[in-house]
Amino acid sequence: MTALKLENVNKFFGSVHVLKDINLTVEEGEFVVFVGPSGCGKSTLLRVIAGLEDASSGTVTIGDDVVNTVPPAKRGIAMVFQSYALYPHLTVKDNMGLGLKQEGQPRAVVEERVSKASKMLDLEEYATRRPAELSGGQRQRVAIGRSIVRDPKLFLFDEPLSNLDAALRMNTRVEIAELHRTLSASMIYVTHDQIEAMTLADRIVVLRDGRVEQVGTPMELYNNPANRFVASFLGSPSMNFLERSVPGVPDGQTIGIRPEHLRLAQSGRISGRVTHVERLGGDTNLLVNTDQGETVTVRLFGQDPTEVGDVVRLEFAADDAFYFNEAQERIFEAAA
Amino acid sequence: MTQIRRIPGTAIAAHAVLITYTIIALFPVFVILINSFKTRRAIFRDPLGLPTEETFSLIGYQTVFKQGDFFLYFQNSMIVTVVSLTLILLFGAMAAFALAEYRFKGNTLMGLYLALGIMIPIRIGTVAILEMMVSTGLVNTLVALILVYTAQGLPLAVFILSEFMKGVSDDLKNAGRIDGLSEYKIFFRLVLPLVRPAMATVAVFNMIPIWNDLWFPLILAPAEEVKTLTLGSQVFIGQFVTDWNAVLSALSMAILPVMVLYVIFSRQLIRGITSGAVK
Repeated sequence: MTALKLENVNKFFGSVHVLKDINLTVEEGEFVVFVGPSGCGKSTLLRVIAGLEDASSGTVTIGDDVVNTVPPAKRGIAMVFQSYALYPHLTVKDNMGLGLKQEGQPRAVVEERVSKASKMLDLEEYATRRPAELSGGQRQRVAIGRSIVRDPKLFLFDEPLSNLDAALRMNTRVEIAELHRTLSASMIYVTHDQIEAMTLADRIVVLRDGRVEQVGTPMELYNNPANRFVASFLGSPSMNFLERSVPGVPDGQTIGIRPEHLRLAQSGRISGRVTHVERLGGDTNLLVNTDQGETVTVRLFGQDPTEVGDVVRLEFAADDAFYFNEAQERIFEAAA
Repeated sequence: MTQIRRIPGTAIAAHAVLITYTIIALFPVFVILINSFKTRRAIFRDPLGLPTEETFSLIGYQTVFKQGDFFLYFQNSMIVTVVSLTLILLFGAMAAFALAEYRFKGNTLMGLYLALGIMIPIRIGTVAILEMMVSTGLVNTLVALILVYTAQGLPLAVFILSEFMKGVSDDLKNAGRIDGLSEYKIFFRLVLPLVRPAMATVAVFNMIPIWNDLWFPLILAPAEEVKTLTLGSQVFIGQFVTDWNAVLSALSMAILPVMVLYVIFSRQLIRGITSGAVK
């Protein structure tokens, strides 16, 4: 069964075309991540799914029902916001239970579901506190708890980790992944952070300027990007794009090589001078200025003695190179 | 002395300015208060002197209370002020919420139209208002005053509150929508508590002019049973003879309720309850 189906969804704000012909299917139990730079429409798309914005055209189907005209509360969704959006005047318990109370569920059911969610998220000891008395991480857990309690057909996450510090972000990411495994619920997750996208997603939807650029599993997108935008967006450090430095690449074409696919070699095709070295212990990143004046990032595994100012030559395997034409689309017959 | 020297000069200057201002502002109130407790002769002989054993007198208060209707005036003023404030806050906040929250055609224009009243004094329309009140039969009722004061207070209320409403997190309102709260519940339960400091500001701004107003009570509701306190106090001021004891006593007592209301509102001003709602 499909959890969500979007067909030809368009959204205009006045004369601005924010979402352009979005078509997407999310299967039951799937974790789908919308990723893209800010302003690409990913949050708007999520809000259209939630019913907080109306689609200008097209249909939104959740489960078996077309929900274009259904209000958010009746769509069978729950949403976690970037700013937590907890009700400041209610306790943790009441924050989580409010949605059910509004549905008119009996008190025993509300109690039971709330305590189950609290247990799952380690929030039991905070049940009677107000949001102001909680830390950022705890608040976000309450917000997640509030969504679990409603037992929705579809979970929506709107950049839930953006307000957390780095260590907490990692922990909460793992928690969300575990949550997805335990509940085996369908989830849609919006982020601009490609690491979150890569680590959490069953499938990633890359958006740019209101258009879907590519949909696929994280590794499909990483190994087989459809265009230069997707190639550059996923992966850290991001892919190198070279026009002149590699001999044999025709005019107008760009060759893309991931930093980890480059290695130092005496007879390498690219030559340049090291301008910066980042030693991370496990990895060493080199910034190399090629003789043709382009900058290349090289990721070497382990520790490497190369110093700033060294002249190096770089090599890569032909299979690891991607070629893009002037329109930035991927081309498959390597020119050289 | 050494202690004083350690305080930076700016702090002393700031305090000097503030203290001077406070003294200037409180001086008339102080004069009214002390003179309300003096005999008539003492008021004129030594207006700035404190009441002594010889000059102390409650004659002013006795006159005011004997006048009998004073409590009625008091009650009228209270009703007019409280009901007007309630209506201003309620409708002002609702209009502000609509302007801040919903996208509709003419939103900006509507906002400007509602704010226009700030720039046009309502008293210009007195004659038209009086004609309207006469034809609707509302002359000499408290309703007339309440309607006028509500109209007078709304523009500023809408203007101030809509700015604050725009500051309330969208996520919070959307969370409410997803949890199935109606727009009214979102307004009353989520948004209003968060803009309480702004509401208190608007209340304080509007309260004093309404309480002190003489113009509209005199024109729209001069009848004995609907007189407000300010208008009622005028009975002691004659063309030829003024009962200063009574006037000063009445004014002294008129200060009290506004002070109580002010204390209530100003505590709201200070309290910030938004923390923890959103990051």
